[in-house]
Amino acid sequence: MSEEAKLLNVSYDPTRELYTDINAVFAEHYKARTGVSVTFEQSHGGSSKQARSVIDGLKADVVTLGAGWDITAIERAGLINPGWQEKLPYNSSPYTSTVGFLVRKGNPKNIRDWKDLTRPGVQVIVPNPKTGAAARWAFLALWGATANAKTHDLTTFQGLKDAQEAAHSARDFPVYQNAEARAVIEKFYNNNVPVLDTGARGATVTFAQKQLGDVLLNWENELWLALDEFGKDKFEIVYPSSSILGEPPVAVVDEVVDKKGTRDVAEAYLKFLYTPEAQEIVAQNHYRPRDVEAMKKYSSDMPPIPLFTIDEIFGGWPTAQEAFFADGALFDQIYRPAK
Amino acid sequence: MTGNAVTEDRFPPSPPAGKLFRSPSGPSRLIPGLPLTLGYTLFYLSALVLIPLAGMVFKTTQLSWSEFWQTITDPIVMASFKLTFTASAIAAAVNGIFGLIVAWVLVREPFPGRRFFDALIDLPFALPTAVAGLTFSSLFLANGWIGGLGRHLADLVNWLAGLAGFGEIVSADALSWLNFPYSNTNTGIVLVLIFVGLPFVVRTVQPVLREWDTENEHAALSFGANSWTIFRRVIFPEIFPAWLSGVALAFARAIGEYGSVIFIAGNIPGKSQIAPLQIVIKLDDFRTAQATAIGIVLLFFSLLLLLGINGIEWWTRRREHRVA
Repeated sequence: MSEEAKLLNVSYDPTRELYTDINAVFAEHYKARTGVSVTFEQSHGGSSKQARSVIDGLKADVVTLGAGWDITAIERAGLINPGWQEKLPYNSSPYTSTVGFLVRKGNPKNIRDWKDLTRPGVQVIVPNPKTGAAARWAFLALWGATANAKTHDLTTFQGLKDAQEAAHSARDFPVYQNAEARAVIEKFYNNNVPVLDTGARGATVTFAQKQLGDVLLNWENELWLALDEFGKDKFEIVYPSSSILGEPPVAVVDEVVDKKGTRDVAEAYLKFLYTPEAQEIVAQNHYRPRDVEAMKKYSSDMPPIPLFTIDEIFGGWPTAQEAFFADGALFDQIYRPAK
Repeated sequence: MTGNAVTEDRFPPSPPAGKLFRSPSGPSRLIPGLPLTLGYTLFYLSALVLIPLAGMVFKTTQLSWSEFWQTITDPIVMASFKLTFTASAIAAAVNGIFGLIVAWVLVREPFPGRRFFDALIDLPFALPTAVAGLTFSSLFLANGWIGGLGRHLADLVNWLAGLAGFGEIVSADALSWLNFPYSNTNTGIVLVLIFVGLPFVVRTVQPVLREWDTENEHAALSFGANSWTIFRRVIFPEIFPAWLSGVALAFARAIGEYGSVIFIAGNIPGKSQIAPLQIVIKLDDFRTAQATAIGIVLLFFSLLLLLGINGIEWWTRRREHRVA
């Protein structure tokens, strides 16, 4: 192996800061262990757009995207071998996040839970699920919570194990037939959403900078970013009684690493994300670490709310995508004028 | 006949054409290396314009005719076409009127700072469109400078009144007709399209106005025509072809505009999504063929428009020649 290696990590929008921190530490470790110095290139953007770039020829060694569906699309294009999601622990998602609310200081509209979002007069800023991973998680969170989806406490080993077993044994998904969830979703997007931004960061800017809306519905890490950027005296985070486990997965792009000869370092890089040291960095950047100890340490910032998983409740990404977000699927139907 | 002979006497015949100067007459002789430049031009246009367009058409052929039809007649896509074409047409019309006035003033009325304002016209060309979109969007927010102008004015008046020892003299709503909260509305889309299209009309009309011989106006004036008649019958026909191209360019530009619009539009499906956003949405769903189908429709109408404009120009020129 050469003494130098170059890795391109193609990632989604909010992970800029996270991977800048992790790359520095990984490079140090890898150099000490193997003598190879690694330099990184990072690319960030909307999750689907990034996936499309890789499909269209961007030579990414690893992809770290916002939703499994986008990596599945790369897999279907023949660049990643099937079974990538079983290669690394926890669905190949070394860190997670969830969907929460950001409200204006003092919570003037008294937003406490999902049902408050569909109250008349409450305006919610959320991106378009067709153009952003965060928005798709938010849609699923609202749907699942309304349908009383079964949740887990994912801050304990037992909870993590239960969730995984439940996901594996889940066979039918009654949540899709839930009429109340459908009605709530339809009402919500038609009456309570004044603007649909194309991405998570755009929605944060609309809410925090342009001062539009009463609630921002977004990734937990994005809510924290708004607090850090715009001031804790302006906003506060509200956690609903339950939400979805957002799993942004990672994968090695087999086609690329085999050609470039970077498989070893790329695989080591993704495995490194699961080490206690990386998990600590993950938590500092307001993502939820899988590591139970790290999670406990940061539980005052990221309270252990009950979470449901896409695999157990919705049967995984391809099914959810087909039912909700594909061309002409439910999300399009919401906005179809009644015939 | 004799005149020709004199000319030939006075000017020696042109030197024998070299290898690259085969063409014996005509203005093409002025450009050295005709086969080379012609070849280069054809290659350049093919590589930059024709091949990508052909690729787009080719990609669309992955769809069957019924899939293509289904894609472009989907209610949400149709609504986006309607919005894009309506907003672009309104913006082009406004630019047609005000762009002409701006060009007129910049050429014909000397005023202090004219050069500065003239340079400003190019700003929409140079400014990244996202910046324009963000700026417009914040100006026209309900609490923005223009979006809440009436309220800000009322506040200012009351503040001044307070300094002078009076109480509130204007209620906050009294000047509400001066609020223009167009952010996240379709009016906002038109506003930002007017901005990006402005230079096209001004910059196409300006040179014609500059070349314009004012003798013609004086002549018309001496025949007793009033200024409106002079403009309508003498000046406007002269600048009409250039003006029309400017309007068409502004329209075509507005159809394709994405960067600035998404920041000021509400982007709600079926209501405030422009057609280029529909393309992005299809791409994000990994449906490239559908995305190109929408692109084809936009392209088709742009081409139709440009052809129509060329037709009108050709027709007016012919008519002028006949009159002359």
